[in-house]
Amino acid sequence: MGDKQQTDDDPELITLQETIYDLISRIRDPEKPESLEDLNVISESGVKVCRLRDGQLLAHIEFVPTVPHCSLASIIGLTMRSKLEQCLPEKLKVDIYIKKGTHDTADEINKQINDKERISAAMENPNLQKLVKECIDSGDS
Amino acid sequence: MIIPLQKNVRQLLFDCFQIQDLIMGTLQEVQTLHGHTDRVWCVSWSPSGALLASCSGDKTIRIWSKEGDEWICKSVLTDGHTRTVRSVSWSPCGQYLAAASFDATTSVWSRKSGEFECLATLEGHENEVKCAAWSCTGSLLATCSRDKSVWIWEVSADEEFECASVLSTHSQDVKHVRWHPSKEILASCGYDDTIRLFREASDDWECCNTLKGHQSTVWSIDFDKTGSRLASCSGDKTVKIWQEYEPGNPESVATEDNISAWKNVCTIGGYHERPIYDISWCHLTGNIATAGGDDSLCVFQELPSPDPKNQPHFELAARARAAHGQDVNSIAWNPKQEGLLASCSDDETVKLWALSKD
Repeated sequence: MGDKQQTDDDPELITLQETIYDLISRIRDPEKPESLEDLNVISESGVKVCRLRDGQLLAHIEFVPTVPHCSLASIIGLTMRSKLEQCLPEKLKVDIYIKKGTHDTADEINKQINDKERISAAMENPNLQKLVKECIDSGDS
Repeated sequence: MIIPLQKNVRQLLFDCFQIQDLIMGTLQEVQTLHGHTDRVWCVSWSPSGALLASCSGDKTIRIWSKEGDEWICKSVLTDGHTRTVRSVSWSPCGQYLAAASFDATTSVWSRKSGEFECLATLEGHENEVKCAAWSCTGSLLATCSRDKSVWIWEVSADEEFECASVLSTHSQDVKHVRWHPSKEILASCGYDDTIRLFREASDDWECCNTLKGHQSTVWSIDFDKTGSRLASCSGDKTVKIWQEYEPGNPESVATEDNISAWKNVCTIGGYHERPIYDISWCHLTGNIATAGGDDSLCVFQELPSPDPKNQPHFELAARARAAHGQDVNSIAWNPKQEGLLASCSDDETVKLWALSKD
């Protein structure tokens, strides 16, 4: 993390970290009725917020797919990103990674779900939009 | 207190090593252009430098020009695309504008009548078109897509576009295409972390070079004025300079089949904290501008070095931190007015900057 400021003693970053966890933990799994928190896909320790040199906020989210060949891992990534964009008042940079060793094609998916161009093109696809919206909405109901 | 210190260091460098003074400059914001209602993906100057085109996730293209002291929006092209317009590019004659869209098509606009009219919609790519670029004569148009292919279109005198070649060399998403400034050589780069160069062989286009070195997606590339050097920027947060070595070069860099080799001769890192999304090599000054996901802009200046061809030396000459409120997606030097720079961002604005020497 080099010169990036760490969370330890900055109350603003800790609050934001908690808010982010609260938002994404309630997202419903794309295939199951449970939330990402219920399935241990995400955990509080998997959400870190730091500041870049010029003060911008950067969230780092690590998640664990339910099975190592989970075909919907990229949808989970997309849903988390989409929910944070919708619900957080402040603009935030977000990196989302699959926890090391928990998915067969983690590197491939990590690259995909952090490529802003591919994310924004995916979010223009009506079918994906619908799926993401369902995972967000049914978690909030 | 920082400036006097820098001056001392510069003086020291000059005294000890006779290194020519690096001219530290400032990027001064000239104007913010509002109008787009979603992230702005790309800015492109017309060859005369009088018009600026921008395109956005709001599916429109905007054309800006200067009236008095102010840059204003002259036209909004709204009905060309059904999804994000990812990139815009002017033909060398300045009469045509090509726009690449996530709707899998490329639109070509003519302004010969005075108004912008959609002349053609080029279909063929399977999904998102990421970039379009005209060759130096304007007789060829290249497009690239997430479908991993690069297409070369021939432009006929009666404004018809015909696909001349489909190049499927990249193993992934192709992010950007750029033509050599004076030859029919095309460069492309992308998600497979490589840069490829293409030329026309006896009966078809072929990939003649693959440039490997970046550790992540190569987002953009630009040639210098001569076309013998290429600059690239990447998700690995570095800029790389690539040098052409012609057959029979004095450095004895091996070439094959009488085709030039390209070698990475310089890597610039440590300035951007997030992916570098675009790079522009000024053909007037030789300065390189970069823009990235850390919201900042950098300008690098080449300094004299003992061996500029094989070991060029670039230094940071100016930087705009927090230049935009969010990621900066594209950057472009005005081709006629020295030091005038355009940038655009996820913050929905386009900004103009002037590089001034301190």
